[in-house]
Amino acid sequence: MTERQEQLNTQELIDETAAPAAVISDLPPDNPQVAGGETRSQWRDVWRQFRSHRGAMVALVLFIGVILFVAIGPYLWTIDPTYVDIRARNSGFTAAHPLGTDQLGRDMLARLMAGGRVSIAVGLTAMIIAIFIGSLIGVTSGYFRRLDAPLMRLTELFLALPLLPLLLLMVTLFREPLSQNLGPAMGVFVLIVSAIGATSWMQAARIVRGDVLGLKEREFILAAKSIGTPSRRMILRHILPNVLSPIMVAATLGIATAIITESALSFLGLGFPPDFPTWGRLLYDAVDQMALYPSRVILPGLLISMTVLCVNYIGDGLRDAMDPRIRGR
Amino acid sequence: MLTFTIRRLLLAIPTLLFISLVIFLLLELSPGDPLGDVPLTVPPEVKERMREALGLGQAWYIRYVLWLKQFFWVEPLHWFDQVFGTSFSAGMQRVISFQSRSPVFDVIAQRVPQTLTVVGLSYLIGVLIAIPIGIISAYKQYSWFDQLGTFVSMIGFSMPTFFTGVVLIIIFGVKLQWFPSVYDTTLVVRDWDSFLAQVRQMVMPVTVLALYNAAQISRFMRASMLNNLGQDYVRTARAKGLSEKTVVLKHVLRNSLIPVVTVIALGLPAVFGGAIITEQVFKVNGLGQLLITAIHANDIPMVLTLTFIFAILIVLFTLIADIVYGLLDPRIRYD
Repeated sequence: MTERQEQLNTQELIDETAAPAAVISDLPPDNPQVAGGETRSQWRDVWRQFRSHRGAMVALVLFIGVILFVAIGPYLWTIDPTYVDIRARNSGFTAAHPLGTDQLGRDMLARLMAGGRVSIAVGLTAMIIAIFIGSLIGVTSGYFRRLDAPLMRLTELFLALPLLPLLLLMVTLFREPLSQNLGPAMGVFVLIVSAIGATSWMQAARIVRGDVLGLKEREFILAAKSIGTPSRRMILRHILPNVLSPIMVAATLGIATAIITESALSFLGLGFPPDFPTWGRLLYDAVDQMALYPSRVILPGLLISMTVLCVNYIGDGLRDAMDPRIRGR
Repeated sequence: MLTFTIRRLLLAIPTLLFISLVIFLLLELSPGDPLGDVPLTVPPEVKERMREALGLGQAWYIRYVLWLKQFFWVEPLHWFDQVFGTSFSAGMQRVISFQSRSPVFDVIAQRVPQTLTVVGLSYLIGVLIAIPIGIISAYKQYSWFDQLGTFVSMIGFSMPTFFTGVVLIIIFGVKLQWFPSVYDTTLVVRDWDSFLAQVRQMVMPVTVLALYNAAQISRFMRASMLNNLGQDYVRTARAKGLSEKTVVLKHVLRNSLIPVVTVIALGLPAVFGGAIITEQVFKVNGLGQLLITAIHANDIPMVLTLTFIFAILIVLFTLIADIVYGLLDPRIRYD
């Protein structure tokens, strides 16, 4: 048990005993829950625990900063990221272009903001798809015994797929037809997001299945079953809320993987079209002239790394906060 | 153990067949045309004959079975002939690349050494760095070393290899001029000077991959050590009066290495995939670079064979990890 943990616990003990003591001196309480001062819900507990993880808190603040930078930034810095100003090309850090311009004179600050929007949107959407498939398969194979073996075979099959080569293949093969149907940017977005989502749900499915199998042996499930709860309500009311914490941790870490995969695809030249900035694409475009203009490589790279680092730290903090067994270790 | 191995090997066959079918159908569904680069001046009937010559005239299932036969029957026969000087495979068609019109496996054999030296060495170095770091940060949990190690390894697997690679090139290749930024595969090691040149050009790609791998493995090592350090047998060993060195390096380390060894085995095929990016950054013409050029050129046999080899590696190393785990940990019995 660490020091900060002990301090927190003692502080809480004092709070808990002080409040009822104050009440008792007045009148004996009718409701013991009210007597203890504020009630302690699970999520408040998790949040309290999360706050004590210093790295995760710093990461959360930084991550919110990055989100604000890409979400609100374009409204404050209104230069169009695709506006070509050929006379101002390759400019350094000036007042007109705080982070310089690229080889076509497009403003880097605006491009970084626009690129971040796409990168983070890809990360979030791909994560939602992966988590949805993963939880669906995990819960069904954990809950329905008959489906367990085939679904786990499927998961193992997906785990045996060489993912990066397959992703490269899928993106190259289906980029053209989807771009024609949905427009260049939207087509590639749908393609990349669904490709990443469809190839990264396996870990979540395995974790969720394991937890569901454990839950099924518990008494409250037996109780619910004995009063005739149907499977659907059983899963939605009793199983899912109890496996929420591993799902949330997997989701956080999934964002990080998705962002890295998208930028890797862009870096290999197989991501979004050239006039559509993402962080990976900006890095890829700048590599040719990295000897002359290193800042153009380093800025998007730093943003990718920082975002992924923050997300990983938040995931770490969440895992510590949600698992009561490793709390305070 | 033997029955388990045999059962798993038999189970791997349908898995691999299914994966190859998935890759094949994915390529089949693609709108890309391997004759897309042929000039428009070529008349259609000539184009049709070229298509026939590439074997694209038949239905997809015939071509799939043909490819399976070439991969699992003709190629092994050919290697057998090469080794023993027999001629079983005479007159049989090997898997031919659309790009170079030479057998796919010959091209792969040319590229494997580059990938193996860079990727293999970096994985080895990564493991060698990771294990001591894991031991120390677990033994001195929450010390400054542990905090630093945690932070550095977090950074290590948060920074994508294409970014670390590019940063290293800017610093050591461009600014300081210590190492060449492009990997020269034509270099033949003959004497001391060419050996030094080879070492110099390998430093940066190996560093990038080694750091990335070390970051992940050291985390596993630390967690596994922590798990074992709290066990009763450690207290018993200390109570017996064994020296701290024996307790940690003999009793705890041996037990902690069991799960780490399987993690190392499981990570090996993923490294081949991850090396695709690093090879692209440093322009190493290994397997990853071969795959990317083949994808761009619509070279279906090459892409199919390479991706399938990656799949075989994954299935094989998963099996090896399971077997090694069973061998190292007598509590695990599969039968």
